Amino acid sequence: MASVTIDGLRKSYGATEVLHGVDVDIAEGEFVVLVGPSGCGKSTLLRMLAGLEHISGGEVRIGDRVVNHLPPKDRDIAMVFQNYALYPHLTVAENMGFSLKLSGVRKAQIAEKVRPAAEILGLAHLLDRYPRQLSGGQRQRVAMGRAIVRDPQVFLFDEPLSNLDAKLRVSMRAEIKNLHQRLKTTTVYVTHDQIEAMTMADKIVVMHDGIVEQIGAPLDLYDRPANLFVAGFIGSPAMNFLNGVFGPDGVTLADGTVLPVTDAGAAKAGQQVVYGLRPESMALGGDVPLTVEVTEPTGAETYVVGQLGGAEVTGVFRTRVTAKPGEQIGIRIDPAGIHLFDAASGARLSH
Amino acid sequence: MAKTAPTDDHSEGMDHFDSRARRILTLWLPLACFVFVLLFPFYWMAITAIKPNYQLTDYENYSPFWVVEPTLRHIRYLLFETTYPAWMWNTIVVSVVSTALALVASVFAAYAIERLRFRGARMTGLLIFLAYLVPPSILFIPLAVIVFQVGIFDSKLALILTYPTFLIPFCTWLLMGYFRSIPYELEESALVDGATRWQILTKIVLPLSVPGLISAGIFAFTLSWNEFIYALTFISSSENKTVPVGVLTELVRGDIYEWGALMSGALLGSLPVVILYSFFVDYYVSSMTGAVKE
Ligand SMILES: Nc1ncnc2c1ncn2[C@@H]1O[C@H](COP(=O)(O)OP(=O)(O)OP(=O)(O)O)[C@@H](O)[C@H]1O
Ligand SMILES: [Mg+2]
Repeated sequence: MASVTIDGLRKSYGATEVLHGVDVDIAEGEFVVLVGPSGCGKSTLLRMLAGLEHISGGEVRIGDRVVNHLPPKDRDIAMVFQNYALYPHLTVAENMGFSLKLSGVRKAQIAEKVRPAAEILGLAHLLDRYPRQLSGGQRQRVAMGRAIVRDPQVFLFDEPLSNLDAKLRVSMRAEIKNLHQRLKTTTVYVTHDQIEAMTMADKIVVMHDGIVEQIGAPLDLYDRPANLFVAGFIGSPAMNFLNGVFGPDGVTLADGTVLPVTDAGAAKAGQQVVYGLRPESMALGGDVPLTVEVTEPTGAETYVVGQLGGAEVTGVFRTRVTAKPGEQIGIRIDPAGIHLFDAASGARLSH
Repeated sequence: MAKTAPTDDHSEGMDHFDSRARRILTLWLPLACFVFVLLFPFYWMAITAIKPNYQLTDYENYSPFWVVEPTLRHIRYLLFETTYPAWMWNTIVVSVVSTALALVASVFAAYAIERLRFRGARMTGLLIFLAYLVPPSILFIPLAVIVFQVGIFDSKLALILTYPTFLIPFCTWLLMGYFRSIPYELEESALVDGATRWQILTKIVLPLSVPGLISAGIFAFTLSWNEFIYALTFISSSENKTVPVGVLTELVRGDIYEWGALMSGALLGSLPVVILYSFFVDYYVSSMTGAVKE
């Protein structure tokens, strides 16, 4: 187990820079999730940690060693790839023991290490199979087993669940989380799925276009997104954004609707702002008018898509909504779900 | 054929008949023609090898397509009264050694070009391919000069060292295609697992390329086995010749063709290749049609 420090990390392919100076501190035993839209540089960052990409600038430290110029095998890391990258010509047991075999560990000792790892992952009865004889979820577990057997300083995962179906993804998510609680190995986990990030992480790093937008605990990001990007990225359904002008009564939208603001923070009167509204923070029975367009009851909740102040918003109601399309309902907004952002810079204004 | 309003069973019956007739016409008949054209020379070779001499040219009393009173005379003659066994041995040694040399060199070349990403890798690949395009009928003249000056003229070494000039480009290209089909992630995973380049090559890439290696090997072996021009130019003494050259230069005396012995020689000479193919046909087909799958 070790801490990982990423300091001003840059990466360019030829003339194009894809990482523009990334700083992340990862404490010993922490589970850190890198999340962001496709192409933002998550995999690149992870591969630089692994030593599979050359580092163009900045520094990576694992423990207190600078590893910039160390080859992957000297970094004491284990990586799980998106397509598992199991060796097709080796059995499950051989796949899991491969790294030990390379480092010259004796056969009996390898078996001793492979067995408990296989048992943790429920693979004990599959040790003699070849990867092609396994299901997707089992392959995924073998890939993790291969990492566990190494007992490395750091686990690196690159979208390990993206090839699995939705249900399996949920159960594997829990398994990985469990595993981490058991082994307490420092983990860096890449995903573009914010739910995965929210549910698994001790700490989330939100990336966008090669920079870090915000680092924080899952609920911190949800409760206090630092800018519009994070606000729109974290949370499902996504936060609603309404353009308006800040004033003493609240935020006035284009059609004159005034929305309440309790925590104005740094907002000044007359400033162009974006009024961020969490779908979950709406409830029936208030004086904010919402014209219903579509209702989607899911049983426990009802999703309502409607018009509010000339913009389309989505609301999630814990009560049943019986309004027909075209009807207007009055809603109440929980102050905790309101976030003000500067329209020009996108930065957070509320406290 | 007039189309009747289809009642289900009726039309199905017609379809069935129709499709079977069509299958015969479109599949089996062309296939039969193809097989006939392919195998007829072998048949001819085989029956000529065991035909007594007096039947060979006498088409009036004997059918040219059949043998009466088959004989092993030609084969006996070939094996015990000519240097054929030596030719066979030479061909085997030359083919096996040059194939092995070519494979080893090609594995390194192909892997380096595909995966080491050094500058000029693509260019090197292209040049190797161009080298393959130069026909042996042009190359044999400069090669002959070299062979002479190095002092290996009229020895197996002359062939063992010159055959790779066309085997290596060929095998390199075949293996490059094969290595390309191995996912990068596997090698990266091995790198993270602590493997060196050499270990990646020997423990991951080569085991996964076995079908490719086998088909490259078979190709190279067949090419060397049948090679004619170099063997004809670089070898002069009878006991150093290879089968294709020996059969043609020693069994044709002036305008006398010893057809029986010639055909026996060709028949025996093609057996090792046939056996080799039949052993590895599965690998061979899979390497031509499929790639590495996880
Ligand atoms: N070899 C390369 N040459 C040039 N550009 C590259 C190369 N590899 C990646 N990039 C660029 O770097 C950027 C980041 O890529 P990266 O693979 O890290 O994205 P990602 O965040 O992992 O996306 P995804 O979620 O789709 O996997 C992309 O814009 C990509 O086009
Ligand atoms: Mg990626």
